[in-house]
Amino acid sequence: MKLEEIKKDFPILENDIAYLDSGATTQKPTKVIDAIEEFYTKYNANPHRGAYSLSVQATEVYENTRTRISKFINSKHREEIIFTKNATEALNLIAYSYGMDNIKQDDEIVLSIMEHHSNIVPWQKVCKVTNSKLNYMYINDEFEIPDEEIETKITNKTKIVGITHVSNVLGTINNIKKIIKYAHKKGAIVVVDASQSIPHMKIDVQDLDADFLVFSGHKMLAPLGIGVLYGKKEILNKMTPFLMGGDMIEYVYEQETTFAPLPNKFEAGTQNVEGVIGLGAAIDYIENLGYDKIQEIEKEVVSYARQELSKLDYLTLYLTPNEKNHSGVISFNINGVHPHDVASILDSEGVCVRSGNHCAQPLMRFLGIDSTCRASFYFYNAKEDVDRLVNALDKAYNMFKKYII
Amino acid sequence: MDDLTDVYNELIMEHSMNSYNKKKLENADYSEIGHNPNCGDEITLELKLNGNIIEDMAFSGHGCAISQASTSIMIDTLKGKTIDEAKEIIKTFIEMIKREITDEEELKKLEDAIAFRNVSNMPARVKCALLAWHTIEDILNKNENGGKGSINCCQ
Repeated sequence: MKLEEIKKDFPILENDIAYLDSGATTQKPTKVIDAIEEFYTKYNANPHRGAYSLSVQATEVYENTRTRISKFINSKHREEIIFTKNATEALNLIAYSYGMDNIKQDDEIVLSIMEHHSNIVPWQKVCKVTNSKLNYMYINDEFEIPDEEIETKITNKTKIVGITHVSNVLGTINNIKKIIKYAHKKGAIVVVDASQSIPHMKIDVQDLDADFLVFSGHKMLAPLGIGVLYGKKEILNKMTPFLMGGDMIEYVYEQETTFAPLPNKFEAGTQNVEGVIGLGAAIDYIENLGYDKIQEIEKEVVSYARQELSKLDYLTLYLTPNEKNHSGVISFNINGVHPHDVASILDSEGVCVRSGNHCAQPLMRFLGIDSTCRASFYFYNAKEDVDRLVNALDKAYNMFKKYII
Repeated sequence: MDDLTDVYNELIMEHSMNSYNKKKLENADYSEIGHNPNCGDEITLELKLNGNIIEDMAFSGHGCAISQASTSIMIDTLKGKTIDEAKEIIKTFIEMIKREITDEEELKKLEDAIAFRNVSNMPARVKCALLAWHTIEDILNKNENGGKGSINCCQ
């Protein structure tokens, strides 16, 4: 499949823009948009509720997608897949339903300094409530977590390790398999944030031996508002429910309730069925194109971006030199110019990048900066998008250079 | 965007990168921090009153060109004005940025601060232009309440 053909699958890309913010949210292919429309025009009903055929059909599609996702990430059991509204909700579910009940005073939770706020703030809450300690694995000057950090920070006191697979700021691919192995040796469970990795690379939860793994649908072609929590069945079974309400119960008495088995135990209330259907269609799209093809396209574009951006001497890049450990996210600053100004000027050239702290203030503080511009790539980006970015950066630099102190 | 050079004009660029108003005041009556948590911009605004006249102002901190220039130009505009005059100018500036003013005559009282009018075409940057103005608003309210008031946080 040629890139021009791929681009045609994304109606929004007919606009004259270089969309370089897929790390925030990806654009949606027609097939995903159509799947949602088909749901509402052909079989919209509340799943798990009605005895009529429309509801049965909605239930089938909803539950089939669960099975589809289970196969997609190779979970052992389909009921290990819990639908949430996004990765943030999934992480909160783990923190509240697992963290609060299993972390005791003086236990330790270990995170990496490159975590998104959503994988930090819930754990701060757990630590405050349980009187436990939050420790961080820091990065070296290649923007990677060195082995010594893993081996000194994860100790026998560590009960939970929270780690992002790919940094949403640096694009660093963490060696999560190694971290998981080491954490298990020390008796800790591991929560993997796969939000930035699953759009780009095959995830196999059994091979990784992850205890929990979360991701958001909208960063992988699916609609906004749908996310996935994977958890090992034996752990999920022991956990108390997160949200209470309809559909997650077995028997409700005036004073007591018994809860439904997995996965319903963690899916209270009417779920985002259109989101689940959209996510199913997104996975179909990714599998049809194939991760090999996705990586082939991305490697070419991202390597080109690394090369071209490195030539700009007015630019600081926050980028590992080890290309094999780098995914499609590049953070940068024009020295002496605020990233918001740069982003506004890039916008005037039709280049969409994000600027700010990227929900990673502890990482920004660690790097000694307030914010960066961030270009993030997906398989619908081409080398021309990189050229356009470089030209727009030149324009921004030229506008500012005589004023830079 | 056609208005880009209207926003990043000479006056704004000069004030943003090397402002003479960026300094410390001796004996300031008020010092207030304003920040935009989303972008990490943070300024400290200092103000010295002489009766009901704004005698001097200065700022420190960091932020984008628009927030830095807006702070510096605001200081130029408000220095020497009475508190009531200042309040009227602040109100007009905020209304201009929010596109609530149609009468050109009204904008004249803004002096150089009129340079920011095209920021209203860049919704993502409106909060940058307003940071200092909301901060001074808080200081003046605090002054009215006999020095009491909450630390402001401009969203």
